[in-house]
Amino acid sequence: MKIKGAFSPDIIAFCCAQSAYQAADTAGSMRISYPENIRVIRVPCVGRVDVLHILRAFERGADGVLVLGCHDEACHHLSGNTRAKNRVQKANTLLQEIGIDGKRVEMFTLAPNQGSRFARIANEVNERIKELGPSPVKSAD
Amino acid sequence: MIIAERKPLEDIQEMITGYKKILILGCGTCVTICWAGGEKEVAVLSSQLRLASKKNGNELAILEDTIERQCEKELIEVLKDKVQQADAVLSMACGIGVQTVAEIFPDVPVYPALNTKFMGMPEREGVWVETCRACGDCFLDKTGGICPIVRCAKGLLNGPCGGTNNGKCEVDPEKDCAWTLIYRKLERQGRLDVMRKYYPPRNFQTVIRPGKIETLQA
Repeated sequence: MKIKGAFSPDIIAFCCAQSAYQAADTAGSMRISYPENIRVIRVPCVGRVDVLHILRAFERGADGVLVLGCHDEACHHLSGNTRAKNRVQKANTLLQEIGIDGKRVEMFTLAPNQGSRFARIANEVNERIKELGPSPVKSAD
Repeated sequence: MIIAERKPLEDIQEMITGYKKILILGCGTCVTICWAGGEKEVAVLSSQLRLASKKNGNELAILEDTIERQCEKELIEVLKDKVQQADAVLSMACGIGVQTVAEIFPDVPVYPALNTKFMGMPEREGVWVETCRACGDCFLDKTGGICPIVRCAKGLLNGPCGGTNNGKCEVDPEKDCAWTLIYRKLERQGRLDVMRKYYPPRNFQTVIRPGKIETLQA
């Protein structure tokens, strides 16, 4: 439930259908809760997540972006997670150029059965973005 | 191909200060391949500028387009309507493209978003190296297809120098010694006799700036 006045960050989580999305499901089946303001977007592989998807999330008011994919060497599409890691790095550099703190985009890897890890990541990132405050783009609106 | 890299965002922002509507124009040839000014880079720069203008409370409308080649007048002319809608054009082409667009649309300010660096080839994904200096008098027939003018730090025509060190260059130990590469290539092809010849110093007057070539199509 959103409390009026309290800052609830909008966090977009791009989740790999092979791992992170299933981990989110596992968290649900295990009745482990995670912040409702994490908006999960299912992608066939995090290799599909482009720098532009990340930038446009911020254009549309996101306060943070998570990219959640398979563990190293476990990508179902061989190198999707490595590509995503590079793109997250690139997106952070591009955002830093315009003065948006680099910690707002992060990538984590997890396996489909790691429901509690999914919830832990979601909680930690949520807390960190809360401390950072709203995206400078959003607060200028 | 021509290798370029994007200018720092700060420099680009300074150029377009005061404009309300700009056209960011990409080029679909060399700078697309070297990830500097193709359709994708146009979209990324647009997004960055939109975010920055939103953050700073400025009003900035951005039009985007990418054409096949900005160095050909016929391909640029079709942009007439789009250019007329904008206060300025931010070209993501090499210096040649920027100048061609500026020539076709003399009433609109055209700004460069890239720094044109050199002519080169890809070494591996994301890495490009200079391989031709457009010196105007190609020497590659004598060097096994490896240009010492650009790839040797000293531009020697009669190498290697005393600074070659296990195939690396004394000026930059990270770089290969061009003359070691040339020796190995000619040895492989059984053409080492080419290397025993002495080549007099280069006559750089073969290139008169600005260069101009007039020719008839075959």
